[in-house]
Amino acid sequence: MLEVRDINVYYGAIHAVKGVSFEVARGEIVTLIGANGAGKSTILKTVSGILRTQGGSISFMGDEISSIDACKLTRMGLSHVPEGRCVFQQLTVEENLEMGGYLRSAAENRRNIERVYDTFPRIRERKRQIAGTLSGGEQQMLALGRSLMSAPRLVMMDEPSMGLAPVLVRQIFDIIKEMNDAGTTILLVEQNARMALSIAHRGYVLETGRIALSADASELLDNDDVRRAYLGG
Amino acid sequence: MTLLYLMINGLQIGSIYALVALGYSMVYGIVKLVNFAHGEIIMVGAYSMWYVMSRFSVPAWLAAALSVAICSVLGMFIEKIAYKPLRNSDRLSLLVTAIGVSLLLQNLAQLFFTANPRMFTNIFAGTVTIGERQFSNATTVTIAVSTIIMIGLTLLVKRTKIGKAMRAVSEDKETATLMGINVNNTISFTFALGSGLAAVAAVFYCCSYSQIQPTMGGMLGLKAFVAAVLGGIGSIPGAMIGGLCIGIAESLTKGYISSKLTDAVVFGILIVVLLIKPSGILGRRQNEKV
Repeated sequence: MLEVRDINVYYGAIHAVKGVSFEVARGEIVTLIGANGAGKSTILKTVSGILRTQGGSISFMGDEISSIDACKLTRMGLSHVPEGRCVFQQLTVEENLEMGGYLRSAAENRRNIERVYDTFPRIRERKRQIAGTLSGGEQQMLALGRSLMSAPRLVMMDEPSMGLAPVLVRQIFDIIKEMNDAGTTILLVEQNARMALSIAHRGYVLETGRIALSADASELLDNDDVRRAYLGG
Repeated sequence: MTLLYLMINGLQIGSIYALVALGYSMVYGIVKLVNFAHGEIIMVGAYSMWYVMSRFSVPAWLAAALSVAICSVLGMFIEKIAYKPLRNSDRLSLLVTAIGVSLLLQNLAQLFFTANPRMFTNIFAGTVTIGERQFSNATTVTIAVSTIIMIGLTLLVKRTKIGKAMRAVSEDKETATLMGINVNNTISFTFALGSGLAAVAAVFYCCSYSQIQPTMGGMLGLKAFVAAVLGGIGSIPGAMIGGLCIGIAESLTKGYISSKLTDAVVFGILIVVLLIKPSGILGRRQNEKV
């Protein structure tokens, strides 16, 4: 579904992503794990067109997307939940969801909003509230719900567990698993490697802008190097 | 001069300030730029109306509509060529560019139309009697139409898709892009809307003050900017409230103190706002995102 080949991303003189290649197949949960600054978020931003690769290729559903305008990718079925959730703080919960379905018709949006409310009953209770007044966990749920509004084929999530209490992290990951069971392919970037690997099918380990290792999630969980570096021994 | 009379006149000039202040505020909200060329858009609106009417003798409503269209296109054009290339540079460069655009427009107007003031025919001649007092049609039409426009604008921003997109883009351009919102088009639309409102303000202004000249946008724009700051720059209802407050303050100063002191009072208000509540009446305190 998503095939990334040899992408290189620079921030000025800093070579942040160095010849990274990976792929995500339909129906999978694939996770990119790695330390802070390994280039995980940069990779997601490059796939979604906010940053550009120098050379290499990014193909989504068979189409080359590495030079397409970022705002056109949602229409193709690619959705990106940015790091730090980034819900629109000053819009209401429902308006946030409408923004998620910006390119969809009003009728589709009404239907999808109901579906999101069914998945996240807490969000339904707060639909008229200004999003900035929600708790961190609720904002993350809103961000996930918003990403579903475009009826995406692939959702890329950047650190969905960031800043959440452990019980909420569990809940968010259960929801991600459910989204996947319902047919959405997921590319998950996480620092919480144990949690990410527990729901993922496959994983890639990133080290300073390079893929250091790739394997099935269960193998990575058992790998001694991975355990030492990312799973706390 | 009764208080009522002064208040109505204050509402009239205040509505004009409010229309202009809305342009400042919307543009500031979306690109964080104090668009100092905004005053010159008023001037362009006035001259295009005057030119079309005196040259081609078209009906007034058509001339007004043309002037709004010309200003909207000009606003978008200025954004495209002058501000967009600087979107990621620091704000000072943007500000200096805006001042440059302002000077350019003023001087172009002097080149084409000379610095001599031109007479502008009041298209809302006549008076209406409300109670025992007579008010000019210009006054009543200005207040009525501005009210309708402001209600319409509020609904547009609150309810419509493009209005919600404007709010989303003003908050977070990157995330808005991820939603599929075309940020460039949304910014263009905002400039078109703000500049169109400035043209409407120009029409009303000229009907009451009957003289136009290339530098007319300077003081009018500056006062509207004060109105935007007073209301809380970036806030749409704030711009409306700020505009009306400045208009009424001006009118009361003229009536009870001295018409020579109006500018001093307006800029005095600016100083007081900046000292006491820099975020303005409805402004939000800026919470920097980490």
